[in-house]
Amino acid sequence: MSKIFQHLVSTAVPVPIENIDTDQIIPARFLKATTREGFGENLFRDWRYEADNTPKADFVLNNPIYSGKILVAGKNFGCGSSREHAAWAIADYGFKVVVSSFFADIFKNNALNNFILPITVSEGFLDKIFTAIEKDPKTELEVDLENQFIKIKATGEQENFDINPYKKTCLLNGYDDIDYLLSLRSDIEKYEQSRPFNF
Amino acid sequence: MGKTLFDKIWDSHIVMSKPGHPDAVYINTHFIHEVTSPQAFDGLRKRGIPVFRPAKTRATADHNVPTMDQHLPIKEALSRMQVEMLTKNTAEFGVELYGLGHPYQGIVHVIGPELGITLPGMTIVCGDSHTSTHGAFGAIAFGIGTSEVEQVLATQCILQYKPKRMKIEVNGVLKSGVLSKDIILYIISKISASGATGYFVEYAGEAIRNLSMEARMTICNMSIEMGARGGMIAPDQVTFDYIKGREFAPKGADWDKALEYWKTLYSDADAQFDQVLTFDAADIEPQITYGTNPGMGMGITQQIPSLDQIDEKEVPSFRKSLDYMDLQPGAPLLGKKIDYVFIGSCTNSRIEDLRLVADFVKGKQKAKDVVVWIVPGSKQVEAQAIAEGLDKVLTAAGFQLREPGCSACLGMNEDKVPAGMYCISTSNRNFEGRQGPNARTFLASPLTAAAAAITGRVTDVRELV
Repeated sequence: MSKIFQHLVSTAVPVPIENIDTDQIIPARFLKATTREGFGENLFRDWRYEADNTPKADFVLNNPIYSGKILVAGKNFGCGSSREHAAWAIADYGFKVVVSSFFADIFKNNALNNFILPITVSEGFLDKIFTAIEKDPKTELEVDLENQFIKIKATGEQENFDINPYKKTCLLNGYDDIDYLLSLRSDIEKYEQSRPFNF
Repeated sequence: MGKTLFDKIWDSHIVMSKPGHPDAVYINTHFIHEVTSPQAFDGLRKRGIPVFRPAKTRATADHNVPTMDQHLPIKEALSRMQVEMLTKNTAEFGVELYGLGHPYQGIVHVIGPELGITLPGMTIVCGDSHTSTHGAFGAIAFGIGTSEVEQVLATQCILQYKPKRMKIEVNGVLKSGVLSKDIILYIISKISASGATGYFVEYAGEAIRNLSMEARMTICNMSIEMGARGGMIAPDQVTFDYIKGREFAPKGADWDKALEYWKTLYSDADAQFDQVLTFDAADIEPQITYGTNPGMGMGITQQIPSLDQIDEKEVPSFRKSLDYMDLQPGAPLLGKKIDYVFIGSCTNSRIEDLRLVADFVKGKQKAKDVVVWIVPGSKQVEAQAIAEGLDKVLTAAGFQLREPGCSACLGMNEDKVPAGMYCISTSNRNFEGRQGPNARTFLASPLTAAAAAITGRVTDVRELV
């Protein structure tokens, strides 16, 4: 897992479905591993494979004309279970960015904690991306974290996106939350001493 | 200006608040289970650091465990390894484990409250989205990912931005045959599976006040199904009566001091919420879902929306969902034949749920072709059910009373609904494949599920009582 994200130009894989829950991203029966690696094999498992493991030809990950490091999905992406395995599966498959018009909260945190950038765009811009990819699957998207924009290279259309400044710094520099929290050790101990209850 | 309940608790748990940074929030209680913790313990090992406050973390095995023959080794190798890993990790890092065979073992969101670990005013997290359950006690409780589990193990703190606050009021009195599960399914059907994303919800109003603790937990449990970070209910006498005397609850002078504090935990009359929604309990009938997210629900006597009632942009997802369920737009669900009934999960597996179901099925027989699983939430619920003779009533009706665990809610163990079959389930998610590959789920209350078990069809329970 790369611990830095700054800039990316890549083709994208479209999944124009709304409310994609983390059970679709990685079904529960594949959560039994005790490491963070290998989940990419089972990303979108039941949309990607038949029960006998033959690939479903009509699913986008099985269509060789689509590829790239950017996943583009319908609104409310990542709803449901808090399983970080969903973010691990997306990272392990090779995606660095997920674009949607709306993300579920826990998924967004999990993605950022794994140096995957979730980009929330307007519904209108999401439609433009889907349309551009539909016309030309080799459409490239440019993502610039420092300047907070996403651009459709061929048309030059772009939109700015929000990210909180702390997480932006973490991604640009490869910092993680535990390093920061560990640096607060004496503040945490002081807080504990100030609590009036023993719970 | 007054403060909301959420603000009172959040503000008193801030260790560090810096501009541009998320708040470092102190966590009073951390629950862990076998599925979302192994990578977090691994992270500690890689960093060479211990668990900072091991006494503030409690572990149980629930997601993977079989619900039959729990005294025997787990048959499925990967599940067994994951449960064994939890035993090894908790022993190595000094964390208390209520593992298989322990009298306190059970679903993490059932055991916390019943042991008196979950208390008002606490901050509680767990690597599980249904951690919102504990909010029923007037706690800030929410689900987290594994990286965040590692944060909490390492520092007893978590980095979070303060969410927006929403109040959902349910006024008036519930009609007969309508349970708290129907209230929450109704709310989600009205505001959608993403209607509360970005918010922490406080439930209020007469209909909520009148609920037992078990029923309040069912409501808070499903907050995440409308996208909310969590849900909470201000503690009151019902809460205090439930907690008093439980194993880990404060005792003696500690109790008095805690109680004095807990009585200050409510939203002030002039507190501002970012959003307020109001519903009338009298409008709620028994609910059922027809689609593949919990927002796709309706009153049991209603029809599935027809295509012209669906926003044009949402038609492809709606169609995909109904294709999966093999249902038609505009069709009713009443009378639809079902194959499985699952009564259990962190939503509805508490003693009150089992009592309600046993009382309803007493003297009745399940339909011949239906498989009925009833899975208690914990060893303590199971023991209580047996002590009250509920097991005999349920068995006589043809229901299988199994051993505690998450079971067919997510089918991580053997309890899977076969492909193409319809299951009416008291759990919290009707996602594609949730109860097993290609299984089809109708979410409903324990009474509606029990009614379907008797008739073999989707049934309006009000016609049977």
